[in-house]
Amino acid sequence: MEEYIVELKDVTKSFPGVLALDKVQFNLKSGEVMALLGENGAGKSTLMKILSGVYTRDEGEVRIFGKSVGDLTPKTAQELGVAIIHQELNMCQHLTVAQNIFLGRELVKGGQVDNRRMNREAKKILDDLNIDLDPDTVVGDLAVSKQQMVEIAKALSTNARILIMDEPTSALTSKEIDDLFVIIRKLRADGKGIVYISHRLEELQYIVDRVTIMRDGKYILTKNFSEMTMEEIISNMVGREIKEKFPRISCEKGKKILEVRNLNAGRMVRDINFELYEGEIVGFAGLMGAGRTETTRAIFGVDPKESGEIILDGKTLKINCPMDAIKAGIVLAPEDRKKDGLCTKLSIRDNIALPNLDILCSKLGVVNRRKEKEMSDKAVHDLMIKLPNDQVNAGSLSGGNQQKVVVGKWLARDSRVVIFDEPTRGIDVAAKVEIYNLMNQLKAQGIGVMFVSSEMPEIMGISDRIIVMCDGKITGELSRQEATQDQILTYATRFESKIG
Amino acid sequence: MRESINRRKYIVEKEKQNVFKRIMSIRGMGQVVTVTVGLIALCIVFGIMNPTFFSSRNVSNLLRQIAPILLVGIGQSYVLITGNIDLSIGSVLGMSCMISATLMTKGVNPWAAVVITMIVCVLTGVLNGLLVAQCKLPPFIATLGTMTVARGVAQFVNGNYNTDAIGEKAEFFRDVFYYGKTAGIYNTVWIALILFLLFNFLLSRTRTGRHTYAIGSNIDAAKLSGVNVVATTVKVYVVSAFCAGVVGLITCATSGMGTMDAGNMYEMYAVAASVIGGVSTLGGQGILIGTVIGAAIWGVLQNGLQFAGAPVAIRNIVIGIIVVVSVLLDVIIRTGMPRKKKAN
Repeated sequence: MEEYIVELKDVTKSFPGVLALDKVQFNLKSGEVMALLGENGAGKSTLMKILSGVYTRDEGEVRIFGKSVGDLTPKTAQELGVAIIHQELNMCQHLTVAQNIFLGRELVKGGQVDNRRMNREAKKILDDLNIDLDPDTVVGDLAVSKQQMVEIAKALSTNARILIMDEPTSALTSKEIDDLFVIIRKLRADGKGIVYISHRLEELQYIVDRVTIMRDGKYILTKNFSEMTMEEIISNMVGREIKEKFPRISCEKGKKILEVRNLNAGRMVRDINFELYEGEIVGFAGLMGAGRTETTRAIFGVDPKESGEIILDGKTLKINCPMDAIKAGIVLAPEDRKKDGLCTKLSIRDNIALPNLDILCSKLGVVNRRKEKEMSDKAVHDLMIKLPNDQVNAGSLSGGNQQKVVVGKWLARDSRVVIFDEPTRGIDVAAKVEIYNLMNQLKAQGIGVMFVSSEMPEIMGISDRIIVMCDGKITGELSRQEATQDQILTYATRFESKIG
Repeated sequence: MRESINRRKYIVEKEKQNVFKRIMSIRGMGQVVTVTVGLIALCIVFGIMNPTFFSSRNVSNLLRQIAPILLVGIGQSYVLITGNIDLSIGSVLGMSCMISATLMTKGVNPWAAVVITMIVCVLTGVLNGLLVAQCKLPPFIATLGTMTVARGVAQFVNGNYNTDAIGEKAEFFRDVFYYGKTAGIYNTVWIALILFLLFNFLLSRTRTGRHTYAIGSNIDAAKLSGVNVVATTVKVYVVSAFCAGVVGLITCATSGMGTMDAGNMYEMYAVAASVIGGVSTLGGQGILIGTVIGAAIWGVLQNGLQFAGAPVAIRNIVIGIIVVVSVLLDVIIRTGMPRKKKAN
């Protein structure tokens, strides 16, 4: 019989009023990649926090390397060889790679930090992983993907043998994901046990050996990945069949709503021209850093424009700040909801009301609280946002519900164009479908929908027309019928030759 | 149809909640309740130690002592809620005191002097706001600069001397700002009360108030929601400078002359009143009723310890400890049982 390096039996954890984990089982062998799957709020993170000592369990047994362990603290968990690679990277941006790897465990010689030896040791760990990095580089200068690799190297330097990766690919490009997978395979070959948490189900096939599925704090099943179909996985996660991953409605293409002409704004927005019609969703595809987010920001008036015209319903608009765009009827649900989308310390109601205060206020600027409450209730109801009441902090909601608030605050007013920038990042399958349905609803109402996404399947599944960007320029346009993954990628990598 | 159902639900909910619950559901009320309990306890202790603590004379004096701290606290709370800080409060106060006193000793009509003084103070607030929001200077540095300049102005206006007595013509001015009573309560207290009601309304019920919280919670999200960050920040610093200016006038009325070091350290007292009352220095959180309690604790401690015969040194030590402990207590309560509130 194979030895499990981690065994969790009947682990239960409750927070006041919530049973977060209900008798959950989990195990992990050495030399395997175990996917831990479930919707947002299923308890994956809580379970991993118990394994890594952040939370203490109420009941249940934890065995690591066959030995039953009592209450874990983050420190003892680390000593036992458990390491988490966080979704939000925990790096000191101003320190070097080597300094980060040895943070808190600096090597000293005669009371002085021995930088040379740390660099040497760090280099050795990085070389073992085939990561080409100078240990003397400042971490803040590295791309996110490289920072993640430094974090993995840091975990290995503590002799970690159980690695927990929480959404490691959510911020990576497809090339970087390939590199990461090479490293994960290498770690597996070295006999490490890897817990892999991800919402991107399509990437599982490349690395995952076994799957454990959780739902609403309960253990559902553990199975070999090869014995499961994708539909089986999804229906077990959601608890019901999701009929369509990408619901689509067909609408008559109406009159032109928005026209962007010769838009230039910085290096990442070069000579952008496109049109948006009633009854269509226009997808913006491209690699990370192709200039799509910058384009949306320039249109919305966040970043200054150098030149270009924005024409809405035949009228040329002057947009110098977001308020100009909002008043004209163009709204933006931004990419990074924690950074740009939500005031996480304010209530849901405040967040929904914030951009609509012009509607909610009297002439003297006094907020009409009854109207405010009605608006918030309506948004919560229409979008099926799950919350105890709308006075809780927006930051306390799950990712999917936060996203709904970001979108919901704009739906309370009549808009002509809604721009969605990566609206489904880091949210679960069911919530994604709700967001798609919402976009479809807008499309049916004759509102122009501009949809930026880096996920190929959804952009092909939802858009009626796809515009592809590369390096700040539009490099191609495809109708839904002619769009293929290969074709989009070809356009997305059409970099201008820098030589000649 | 749905509207009306929602409406009915809303009304029913409203009826179900009793008054206590409704008060507790106001955001930021948690810490306010904690410190109110502390305030009551302090009053009881001082009352037992010295029965005259509750005499009507002492109570009305105490309220008058609290008023200036409350006013600068309101200003600082506004700034802190946007995630900034105003170090210039004390100096603006001193500047206000010196400018108004100098003008009055030079024979200017007291009310003209008040208007001129307040204009200068408000302009200082505008400058602070522009430096922070438009020029994107760190607020600590920007207001450190205006703090020094304003103190310099306070010393400059009367040629680096305190002024003479502001004279008989200013008796009415002194009554209005300090010595007089209306309906049995000192005018200073009325001024503080009226400004509190005004600024509390502005903060909790108006668009500018919402924008103030939004900037402090997430400035990027606020911008993308169409909030004019520069205008709001300027308004907030103007509130702060306005409050400091009013306290400067009160100080001038109290002593009947202009003193150059008036208001020294008041910016920090203002921070103390704010944070004791639950305003977060990180922005986005806090309510002015908390600042009222914070200022009251400050005043009660000063007054009570004075009664008990404690020297200034001891008072400072005690108050310093109270500031840290009250915030610490809040942190412990919040992180100790973080889910309790959410579960409702």
